[in-house]
Amino acid sequence: MEHLELFFKSIFIDNMVFATFLGMCSYLAVSKKVATAVGLGAAVIFVLAVTVPLNWLLDQYILQPGALKWLGAEYAEYDLSFLSFIMFIATIATMVQLVEIIVEKFSPSLYNSLGIFLPLIAVNCAILGGSLFMQSREIPTLGLSLTYGVGSGIGWFLAILAISAIREKIRYSNVPPALRGLGITFIITGLMAIGFMSFGGMLTGGDEEKKEEKPTIEAKVEKEVLKKEEAKVIVAENTNINE
Amino acid sequence: MGLLSKKDAALLTDPLADNNPITIQVLGICSALAITAELKASIVMAVSVMFVLGLGNVVISLMRNIIPSKIRIIVQLIVVATLVIIVDLVLKAFAYELSKTLSVFVGLIITNCIIMGRFEAFALGNKPWRSFLDGIGNAVGYGVILIVVGFFRELLGSGTLLGFKVLGDPIEKTGLYSIGYENNGFMLLSPMALIVVGIIIWIQRSRNTSLIEEN
Repeated sequence: MEHLELFFKSIFIDNMVFATFLGMCSYLAVSKKVATAVGLGAAVIFVLAVTVPLNWLLDQYILQPGALKWLGAEYAEYDLSFLSFIMFIATIATMVQLVEIIVEKFSPSLYNSLGIFLPLIAVNCAILGGSLFMQSREIPTLGLSLTYGVGSGIGWFLAILAISAIREKIRYSNVPPALRGLGITFIITGLMAIGFMSFGGMLTGGDEEKKEEKPTIEAKVEKEVLKKEEAKVIVAENTNINE
Repeated sequence: MGLLSKKDAALLTDPLADNNPITIQVLGICSALAITAELKASIVMAVSVMFVLGLGNVVISLMRNIIPSKIRIIVQLIVVATLVIIVDLVLKAFAYELSKTLSVFVGLIITNCIIMGRFEAFALGNKPWRSFLDGIGNAVGYGVILIVVGFFRELLGSGTLLGFKVLGDPIEKTGLYSIGYENNGFMLLSPMALIVVGIIIWIQRSRNTSLIEEN
């Protein structure tokens, strides 16, 4: 059941575009027509589904502190996590190159309509962000990382589908000239993000009805304050150790 | 500015308004929105990007004649990733609390479109000094937007600036709070950053009508 929970969580609650703003550049640039948006969204889902599990394997068996135990006991002390950025981006760049070759072979029309944006998926923050969040949230198994990758991709796909459909319709509306195009897209995305925040109460379960009374805004603000205080405690502890 | 020729000075001033990386070139949006709830985080992010973009531009420019065209994206990614690892480790060492707030977004500087965009558009075809200026100019343009958004979000959201309570104390009801003013907690949440940037774009395009998009 945790697969289903993680799946829904990554599509709606931790939506890549609306909760953490990953992949905004291509989101804004490709969302003028629904057809190209669908193509790019599908490519993103595929790349995420492939790279997040691959990077999970990398993290588990090479990068994490103590991950190199399988090579031999003397390697158990090594912590290669500082290499995460380079290794993740290397796997992503390779995978995207593969996807590009496959798309060119099987669907030349999609390849032509996506143009420069297909290789640009490699530097799409959504892809690297997916892997980095997988690492920082410490997703425990390979299956869950696949669920997380596919779910995040579907969330991104939903977002770009929605905004491209809205942008097509809004061409017939009276938007103030200075807001046309980029400005109104930002504001609409902001409103959609506020709407998606309503999913925050989705997974707290039906039995805890009393708890759900607390509005999510206060809860989120409190969480951020708590995070800062936790970090302060860690700083204080470390400075004491050095004395 | 007496040291710089007119063309060079333009490299530094254009990205501030007319060719701003965020509002005009539409690059680097991701990190601009997610971490601007605090002014301090915005300033640190702006300085990090300045470091990475300035140095990265110089390195790529120095190597521009020996990078084979087929692998140039990979070379660029490696240069950026190395610089970002340095920034991340420095932040973790000297400002641990801040690195927790910035979390994965320091790593995401690697995919910050401004950096790759400037490498491709400028550093690969220009000399090191000019590339350095271009990098700094764009990073400052990016930083200005970040700081403006961070300023308003922190001021209206928690009534503080860089941690100093500038509007009075909300608990003891001094300053502005004594007449019933309440912090707009909503400003601290991410969607408001999108709306603030939308408003900045609105203001910028109203003042400079040549930037308005045709339908």
